[in-house]
Amino acid sequence: MSLNRRDIDNIAQLARLALTEEEVPGLLTSLSRIIGLIGELDRADTSQIEPMAHPLPGQRQRLRADSVTESDRHELYQGNAPSVEAGLYLVPRVIE
Amino acid sequence: MSDLHHRTVAELAAALTAREVSSVELAGAYLDRIERHQGELNAFISVTRETALKQAAGADERRARGEGGALLGVPVAHKDIFCTRGERTTCASRMLADFVSPYDATVVERLQAAGVVMLGKTNMDEFAMGSSNETSYFGPVRNPWDVTRVPGGSSGGSAAAVCARLAPAATATDTGGSIRQPAALCGVTGMKPTYGRVSRYGMIAFASSLDQGGLITQTAEDAAMLLQAMAGFDPRDSTSVELPVPDYAACLNQSLKGLKVGVLREFFEGLDPSIEQLIRAAIDVLRAQGAVVRDVSLPNLPLSVPTYYVVAPAECSSNLARFDGVRYGYRCRDPRDLQDLYRRSRGEGFGQEVKRRIMTGTYVLSAGYYDAFYLKAQRVRQLISDDFARAFHEVDVVIGPTTPTPAFALGAKTDDPVTMYLNDIYTIGANLAGLPAISVPCGQTQQLPVGLQIVGPHFGEERVLNVAHRYQLETDWHRQGPPRFM
Repeated sequence: MSLNRRDIDNIAQLARLALTEEEVPGLLTSLSRIIGLIGELDRADTSQIEPMAHPLPGQRQRLRADSVTESDRHELYQGNAPSVEAGLYLVPRVIE
Repeated sequence: MSDLHHRTVAELAAALTAREVSSVELAGAYLDRIERHQGELNAFISVTRETALKQAAGADERRARGEGGALLGVPVAHKDIFCTRGERTTCASRMLADFVSPYDATVVERLQAAGVVMLGKTNMDEFAMGSSNETSYFGPVRNPWDVTRVPGGSSGGSAAAVCARLAPAATATDTGGSIRQPAALCGVTGMKPTYGRVSRYGMIAFASSLDQGGLITQTAEDAAMLLQAMAGFDPRDSTSVELPVPDYAACLNQSLKGLKVGVLREFFEGLDPSIEQLIRAAIDVLRAQGAVVRDVSLPNLPLSVPTYYVVAPAECSSNLARFDGVRYGYRCRDPRDLQDLYRRSRGEGFGQEVKRRIMTGTYVLSAGYYDAFYLKAQRVRQLISDDFARAFHEVDVVIGPTTPTPAFALGAKTDDPVTMYLNDIYTIGANLAGLPAISVPCGQTQQLPVGLQIVGPHFGEERVLNVAHRYQLETDWHRQGPPRFM
């Protein structure tokens, strides 16, 4: 199965990735190759098999009590943000 | 003291205890070696000289106060995927090129508490996605055995650093072979523990059901010492397993008499004959120590690469959605609107391979394809896991080669990602099934090292380390390094 240009644009939009014109042909070829590779999975008969949900048999997601465990350290964390004002993350205006 | 860099972690720990050398002297010696060889190998993204010397002085003070501990004052390097408080943590990506972590990964915190000194942050494939260390934003790492070849990946910097003795050991991570494959290609020891054994807290996520932290060392004995300090339950990782950690060092010397070793038939199909010969010779070394060797078959194992290239990209596309150009990381210039901010920050911040995997993952999870690709792959993953479970009813460990070929030339596989992906054909199975596995050097072909892989059942780290250690007592491949760096 091979992909076309519209598929690539659609996937890139879903993934929120801006691609340059130069990137598209390479991705088109390589993604088509990868989808060919994963098509090999059709060889396996999995009609009686449940999808694996955890890498370790018998393990489930552990839950903890719904209690506050973190202190407020927003200043420290926002030290890595590209743009901050008065404790808020700045982004381009969304509503005019 | 000029021979310090030849020593293993165990030997350095003994020298520190005997006060033959101080931690400050030791850190200084390694920092000088890193400086001398960094230009040629590019094994590090950051060298943390000041922190190293400060931590080393702290370790010397602790010792002067009468404190001990097996790892007190021993220097190591950390893969740049582990968050280190106050130091740059880049994951080899433009996206995080200036990110300074506000906290330590559990692995880093635990080793630091044990007195380990951090020399620096090692180079790697971007977000650990790659098998050759060529996807790093900071340039490829070169294999110390032959600088025209790749060191393997994604923990290529950790493997090259230990190989060239720029650090006695390094942390690493393994999602599809990223510890074992570079260890094999650089002729060092690479240990991936059972999924859930080592905390993933502060280890930047790639594929959360496969990622596991581990080690690159010179010997299995060193891996046992360091794993002892790293392993164990962590409430901050929801898949960390609540099981006691055995005394790994105590199990190392156990006799191999009667040990049942399964030779994985599927691992020998299409294998380079010179590698097969070395693996067969390694099996003979185990047999001579009393191991009982038999063939085992894992019929679904040949499907591990296609299974992995659904599951890993799916989880990657979801994990990397957090990089939005808003809260941390790279932001594009002059965004027109919020959508443009997301799309261009991600398009410009991520490299080609990362984008390829995000796209693959987005595709297999998208409406109409989820059942055909993602659920299908999780079913085949169950089949592969069941194959291993059946094998471990019959044998104690399964063994085979770590890689199908020795180190390949830089640039040889960058044009075709599928050819690159197939290099992990022997390592991916252990990740899909969550099993512990080690690669140890077992010989050379074309003057390049070859790795022997030993896989154990869930939480069978002590057995895997024991077999590797007994093998290393009988052989000296792990003592050999590229002459220029020895």
